[in-house]
Amino acid sequence: MAPPSSRRSGFSRKAQYSLFTGYLLAGAGALLGLALLMLSLWQPSAFAPLRGGASDIVTPAGTVGAVARTETQGFFSSIGGYFNAASQNAALREEMEIARVRLAEADAVRAENRRLKSLLNLKDSEVKPVSIARLVGSTATSTRRHAYLSAGANNGVTPGMPVISERGVIGRVLETGRNSARVLLLTDSESVLPVRRAKDDVIAFAEGRGDGMLRVRLVNLGINPLKVGDLMVTSGAGGYYRPGVAVAVISKITEDGGIARLVAEPAATNFVAVEPIHQAAAVAVLRGENSLGTPEGAANAEQQPSSATPTASAAADDR
Amino acid sequence: MEQFDPRARSDIYGQRINRTSSPLRARSVPYLSIMLASVIPVMLIADVMPLVPPLGFLLLLGWRMVRPGLLPLWAGAPLGAFDDLFSGQPFGSAILLWSLAMIAIEIIETRFPWRGFWLDWFTAGVMVVAYWLATLLASGAPVTSEMLLVALPQALLAILLYPIMARMVASLDRFRLARARKIA
Repeated sequence: MAPPSSRRSGFSRKAQYSLFTGYLLAGAGALLGLALLMLSLWQPSAFAPLRGGASDIVTPAGTVGAVARTETQGFFSSIGGYFNAASQNAALREEMEIARVRLAEADAVRAENRRLKSLLNLKDSEVKPVSIARLVGSTATSTRRHAYLSAGANNGVTPGMPVISERGVIGRVLETGRNSARVLLLTDSESVLPVRRAKDDVIAFAEGRGDGMLRVRLVNLGINPLKVGDLMVTSGAGGYYRPGVAVAVISKITEDGGIARLVAEPAATNFVAVEPIHQAAAVAVLRGENSLGTPEGAANAEQQPSSATPTASAAADDR
Repeated sequence: MEQFDPRARSDIYGQRINRTSSPLRARSVPYLSIMLASVIPVMLIADVMPLVPPLGFLLLLGWRMVRPGLLPLWAGAPLGAFDDLFSGQPFGSAILLWSLAMIAIEIIETRFPWRGFWLDWFTAGVMVVAYWLATLLASGAPVTSEMLLVALPQALLAILLYPIMARMVASLDRFRLARARKIA
């Protein structure tokens, strides 16, 4: 269709001026956008209050969606359950027998642990979550992997706190609004998490690849000790996460580590717990140093592998 | 007349006698629909890859192509600012890209005043792919081959979605101009 003739300016001064003003305003808008984009790439947390307010508004609707999502998931899985009920039943029974034996062993180990720890005078305090909330949304159109949480500053959530589901690590709080928070998921390509192998002390970094997998990069290079199926857990280095929370399972071996699948998939969770920062004092000190040392700014600093490495070595010295 | 055919004195916008369209609805529907399309993808949990094409941008293109002259040239900036609040992109990326898109369509329109559906689709497809690439670059994350691979379905889906969006805009336009107000 041809544009309406009213949009041809012709000899009318008024039409000519309004057309020109339109171009001028659109150009100014583009320049403003460029300036804001540069600013927010340089200081990622610059617009956090604005986004926090916006996400506060959509969170109630997202909560409804989250409830519906978990319910439909339950519905479909219960239908699917009928198809292979018999074989699954047998397999589960067998698995449970083994698990029962392992549980008894674990009890023994736990008792021994407690005894040894009491000998060393170590105190193991229970971590009490700051808040229990739902993941209500995510940035589904962007290549960044952020999720929205239905708890915010009013519930005591602050940036940096780890978000953990009953299966394992989900991510870390990036920005908070009043009743909502933005979570950096592990799969985001800016996310770096210090991990170790669950059964021994092979330490590594788990970086998001942006395609749903994590790249596990070993700190000590040499012969790659990882095997497919190894469980990686948080090492506690960096001070954000408490050690020993499941992160990912190795699914492919590469030269410098492996490619791992997430243990706790955000889309499959119902409720998640926001835990306090494990070593808040250490994190505060590190943050202060980083913001002085690098031009990147404090919000970005803990995501860089270069700044996370000294933390890892510091934690290794602690042991 | 009405007892034979109740729609005798009406057209697609409703009854013609004694009715007029509401100015509030006529002005606000394009903006509200684009803003709603920006918010909807937030409700999905996409933990692995970008799943949803940029619906807000697609609807902006739809309104601009199906109804030329309705959105002012500068409408990209405020609508983009709203989209940036929810999209997860660094704030400013949609302000810049949506403004540039509006200017680009304006220039294309002065070059090719007589356009049809296929040319519109082609234009929208090129714009959406360019937008998709630009958002990848502006997202602040390093662009890797894996990331391009997982984001590719998003671009294809966006191209295929344009005709549906255009039909949606057409029906929204009928709703926009429906004669809802009674003249006393």
